[in-house]
Amino acid sequence: MALKIVKGSIDRMFDKNLQDLVRGIRNHKEDEAKYISTCIDEIKQELKQDNIAVKANAVCKLTYLQMLGYDVSWAAFNIVEVMSSSKFTYKRIGYLAASQCFHESTDVIMLTTNQIRKDLSSPNQYDTGVALTGLSCFVTPDLARDLANDIMTLMSHTKPYIRKKAVLIMYKVFLKYPESLRPAFPRLKEKLEDPDPGVQSAAVNVICELARRNPKNYLSLAPLFFKLMTSSTNNWVLIKIIKLFGALTPLEPRLGKKLIEPLTNLIHSTSAMSLLYECVNTVIAVLISLSSGMPNHSASIQLCVQKLRILIEDSDQNLKYLGLLAMSKILKTHPKSVQSHKDLILQCLDDKDESIRLRALDLLYGMVSKKNLMEIVKKLMLHVDKAEGTTYRDELLTKIIDICSQSNYQYITNFEWYISILVELTRLEGTRHGHLIASQMLDVAIRVKAIRVFAVAQMATLLDNAHLLTGNMQRKGICEVLYAAAWICGEFSEHLENPMQTLEAMLRPKVATLPGHIQAVYVQNAAKLFATVLKSQEGNTESTAAQETSQLMIDRLPLFVQSANLEVQERASCILQLVKYIQKLQQKDVEVSEEVSALFAGELNPVAPKAQKKVPVPEGLDLDAWINEPPSESESEDEQPKAIFAKEEPKHSRPRHTEVDEKELARRREARKQEQANNPFYIKASPSSQKVYQEGPGVEHIPVVQIDLSVPLKVPGLPMSDQYVKLEEERRQKERAEKKKKEKKKRKEKRSGRGKKHDSGPESEEDITPAHMVDIVTEEMPENALPSDDDEKDPNDPHKALDIDLDNLVETAKRRPLADSEKLPVRSHRAAEAPKSPTEDGDAESAALQEPKKKSSKEKREKKKDKERDRKKSKEEKKKKKHKHEEKEEDLLGGQADEPAVQSEETSEVAAPPTSTSAEVSDLDFWLSNAPVPSNTQEAATVAAEEAAPVPEAASGTAPDSEPDEPKDTEMEESKSSKHKKKKQKKEKEEKEKKKKKKHHHHHHHSDGGGGEESVQNGTVEDEEPLPPMSNYCLLAENSYIKMVNDIQGNLQDGSQVVVSVIFENKCESFLKSMEFNVLDSLNSKLQRPEGSGPHDGLTVPFQLPPGVSNEARFVFTVQSIVMPQKLKGTLTFIVKNEDSSTHEKLDFKLHFTCTSYLITTPCYSDAFAKLLESGDLKGSSVRLEGVNMPFHHLLARICFHHHFSVVERIDSCASMYSRSIQGHHVCLLVKTSGQTVSIDAKCDEPTLLGNVLDEIKQTFSQC
Amino acid sequence: MIKAILIFNNHGKPRLSKFYEHYSEDTEQQIIRETFHLVSKRDENVCNFLEGGMLIGGSDYKLIYRHYATLYFVFCVDSSESELGILDLIQVFVETLDKCFENVCELDLIFHVDKVHNILAEMVMGGMVLETNMNEIITQVDAQNKMEKSEVNLTLPVLFMFECMT
Repeated sequence: MALKIVKGSIDRMFDKNLQDLVRGIRNHKEDEAKYISTCIDEIKQELKQDNIAVKANAVCKLTYLQMLGYDVSWAAFNIVEVMSSSKFTYKRIGYLAASQCFHESTDVIMLTTNQIRKDLSSPNQYDTGVALTGLSCFVTPDLARDLANDIMTLMSHTKPYIRKKAVLIMYKVFLKYPESLRPAFPRLKEKLEDPDPGVQSAAVNVICELARRNPKNYLSLAPLFFKLMTSSTNNWVLIKIIKLFGALTPLEPRLGKKLIEPLTNLIHSTSAMSLLYECVNTVIAVLISLSSGMPNHSASIQLCVQKLRILIEDSDQNLKYLGLLAMSKILKTHPKSVQSHKDLILQCLDDKDESIRLRALDLLYGMVSKKNLMEIVKKLMLHVDKAEGTTYRDELLTKIIDICSQSNYQYITNFEWYISILVELTRLEGTRHGHLIASQMLDVAIRVKAIRVFAVAQMATLLDNAHLLTGNMQRKGICEVLYAAAWICGEFSEHLENPMQTLEAMLRPKVATLPGHIQAVYVQNAAKLFATVLKSQEGNTESTAAQETSQLMIDRLPLFVQSANLEVQERASCILQLVKYIQKLQQKDVEVSEEVSALFAGELNPVAPKAQKKVPVPEGLDLDAWINEPPSESESEDEQPKAIFAKEEPKHSRPRHTEVDEKELARRREARKQEQANNPFYIKASPSSQKVYQEGPGVEHIPVVQIDLSVPLKVPGLPMSDQYVKLEEERRQKERAEKKKKEKKKRKEKRSGRGKKHDSGPESEEDITPAHMVDIVTEEMPENALPSDDDEKDPNDPHKALDIDLDNLVETAKRRPLADSEKLPVRSHRAAEAPKSPTEDGDAESAALQEPKKKSSKEKREKKKDKERDRKKSKEEKKKKKHKHEEKEEDLLGGQADEPAVQSEETSEVAAPPTSTSAEVSDLDFWLSNAPVPSNTQEAATVAAEEAAPVPEAASGTAPDSEPDEPKDTEMEESKSSKHKKKKQKKEKEEKEKKKKKKHHHHHHHSDGGGGEESVQNGTVEDEEPLPPMSNYCLLAENSYIKMVNDIQGNLQDGSQVVVSVIFENKCESFLKSMEFNVLDSLNSKLQRPEGSGPHDGLTVPFQLPPGVSNEARFVFTVQSIVMPQKLKGTLTFIVKNEDSSTHEKLDFKLHFTCTSYLITTPCYSDAFAKLLESGDLKGSSVRLEGVNMPFHHLLARICFHHHFSVVERIDSCASMYSRSIQGHHVCLLVKTSGQTVSIDAKCDEPTLLGNVLDEIKQTFSQC
Repeated sequence: MIKAILIFNNHGKPRLSKFYEHYSEDTEQQIIRETFHLVSKRDENVCNFLEGGMLIGGSDYKLIYRHYATLYFVFCVDSSESELGILDLIQVFVETLDKCFENVCELDLIFHVDKVHNILAEMVMGGMVLETNMNEIITQVDAQNKMEKSEVNLTLPVLFMFECMT
């Protein structure tokens, strides 16, 4: 045996290690591949040995070879062997190799599950660490499912090193096994507040990554993150959080308002550029989300822009780049603030760094205005000339077109200029974007009617010079322009100066060298031109000319008939026959021109690109249904030839619309003429002074020698776009002058010199009127087009599965309880056996396994801390019950695991308004509403919230957190008693009551609304009888005129405030007015009075009461100690007004602040509850109620409802309940019932408070 | 998320490649080659960000790199990472290597790629940043190396035995 080991060691000494391998490869530079293949053979030998050290060495070498590009998947099994070595050294090598070359389809991964599990629970933290690191690289859905629970446990490991790795890997687990997200999330959230900064950072990291994909589900974490942001000093964490906020603000503008201030502070204070940059970025995101309705943030914008300018001016190219990047975000919403830095950005266009130039280009896109478009484009054109690489030049070209065409040519004031720019761009050699220019030409010519004359002239010149284009640049790109040119000349041939010349140009033999689809357009449009020419020639009574034209067509067309391109051939032969026929008619002296041009009559309108998609499917039409039953398979071959034709589909052809009637056409034409005539800057065609090539017929027969010039030729006869810049400038000046004149006149007339307006200030956007009265034809859409959002999410996105609503889970753990199917599968005896779903009986087993494990760990801790005996006892009791409960649940839920979840969702939808259903949301609301907001918007928000929220409030009377703005609101109400408000309140009230009734009616089966019932609901079995109606309003005082009932609620956000809601009901036949509510303050409790009023002044009730009407007012009290109940004496004074008389009346009352009223329904997760009980800070007390004669769930409901508790857990006739005081005291109850006896064991950190609460509970039940 | 971390020298020879998403070996090599082409033709004093384009993952991804003497350190990241943060991280990485190898040079990376992997594993895990504190990273790396050494010592007696026998 020993010998064998020794022998292994000897072998090992002669093996190559990694260093030797590397050295060897370096020494065999010439025959590297051969050397490596011998090495691989050696490795294979080594892997066959038993010695794990040898194997590990081999695997280590393989990892290196993998990096060089060699497939090592054949050694996967050996890698697993090395992974399972007990020595850390080898284990690490194995896991590294696995992380480098394992992936989802590696089949041996299945074998690793148990090994990994073993490593995860290893006592050595580095074994665990290495396993986690490896797993993070190759986790598969199966592994994720099987190991999720183990990793969950590790999240609470004692070593922060393990905790942070476990937290981080959870993201990968979620991705592969989305079902684990819900059960794991509460713990993940806990880790946000882990004492170790590394763990905290990991948790932030994971949640940020999750939230980036589905931000709305994480909105409720905003307060927590906010706290972290203001407290953390770790820049890395701060950056992550700030980035996350950037993703959240678009969903919740109020969040943005809250963020601005701390972010601004950070911007001012931080020295880290990375943090500064992210802050600026998020402020920008906030500003974008606020862009509507928040005008007061110009300071923030200025700050951002100013900081970005500093970045851009920095010599560090990185900062420059990022500055530009962020600037482009501001640009979208606040273009004005960026435009002032135009100089800087244009400067960046000259930067030697292409990334920076591209960013600057992006910025330019948004910076143009009517005023500076020409100037900017001119500058870009200069860059086009200078640009060395084609990619950058192409980028420039597309940017120019983008800039000019953006938002429907919004910034173009002079389309002649634009056409010239396009024509100039055709000079670009070898660009890929010929079709882009072409489609722009087409688009402009079609949609801007006024420009057609000019466009046609330009295009005719282009066609004339076509040999220049085709000669030098046969390479695909730029000749696409000819497509547009030919089409425009043909379609709008009536504007042609010299149609005959153009016709000839289009029929030159050289055209046959163009690509097929362009030839086809040439042929078709030659026909259109022919029609136009005929028309003019026939009118001249010179029939010979017309016949000559026909002859020209007949001579030239056969060239195209022979074309190899089907489309060209077809069109050419068609037209050739047509012309031949026309010629025949001409010889008989028949006038044909009318009929020929009728072929091409009608206006073409652009069609929106998505028009086809948006045609709604008519009712009753099933597109998927067979019209005829499909024929038998044998005919399938027939389909093949079709494809050939389908390919030929011309890109730009637009359907004709012939419906436009003659009148309309005439009208349009007339209008166009008018426009052109009135436009002084419209260049009227001058007789061919520009044309250089005055080719007579037959000139093209002279052979033209191709001159290959490397310098791009300027297209002769084409106006340079630059001249338009000047022209435009002049025009604008003139206009301005005219305007001034007019204004002067006006001023003179009015004789009211009210300060100059437009005198010398920079001209604003609106001042610039376009040179053409541009009538931009909008694209046609089918009638009743469906509005559709095109940006659907990618169905393959793995993050889609993680779009899980977590809110309900986190705070109100019971709202959507975890269904059985959502529980994490726990280790069972044969984990690998159930590959797809955690089986039903597996669950029972898992529960059973989980319990003892937990217990034992807890017991250990208990020993350490040496706890009192009775607590242990009670806990064990609880545990037993819990266990029992789980078993029962399994029985119950057997096949329909997720039914409760579905049901509760459904009901909440039915019974509640869409907003603020969950306490969670309203918590967030509250948090958000504290932001310093201009009163206007806030009020609106409040009203909205109030209107939306009455259900929980009215129904339970225990959801103070759902009405965050109440205190402020009351004050506001009290100060002004407008009639409008009163009405609204009344309505609201009625609504509430209505809802209340409804609520009670539905009691037994919905679980939204106030925490009370909702929690009960969780414990109840469905068929328990309905609860009787309950109300927390108790009588305050009553006389013959008025009745007052009240309810008191604590204010969660302010530990010293309670809100008293009083309903005043007018019982008499008279009108009650001038009601004044006053209370004699005690040392402990004081009525909050508006500022400036004395300590004994009463508060005016902000409404009057007509006979029989009731209304509610709220009053805020401040209290100091809440452990004792107390009573305050008060008086209500009011005037009773009859038709003839009015009397002063008063009503005394005693306001009873019970300890219960300081409690706030707070849902509690059972884990947290157990922890709380364990903590040992709570003092116990108990009470026994005799003769309680009501079902258990009624009893619970009553405690919940009247005493603001929530049920944590309920098992049979036993329930644990929880509540919290406004000052943060925890109150825990264990309620048990047997027969008519109810015993309540209670614990609280404040014994006096507890005693009083128990007394009050006792009293509640003695009353019924 | 970090999609990949690549280290290669001025000639494009890979010194470390860590992909946090699976690609075939061929694709990996191609990505390394293309990344090298993109990065190597950039001047020294231009910005350290490159829009990766179609290379990995598409437009959401950026290449963030630093050039140290003979080596390029390239991180391919998506938009959830802070650009400047990653640059800092690269710096931390290199400084950590410097501490662990005592004046790191390319040769260290060539012969000890496994160690580089182990260091990296303490910084980035599964594409997410695990630790940015250099001292913490070094502590953990050292602790693991110490463990490794102690295990080697366990095997020493065997060698010792071998020596005795001869």
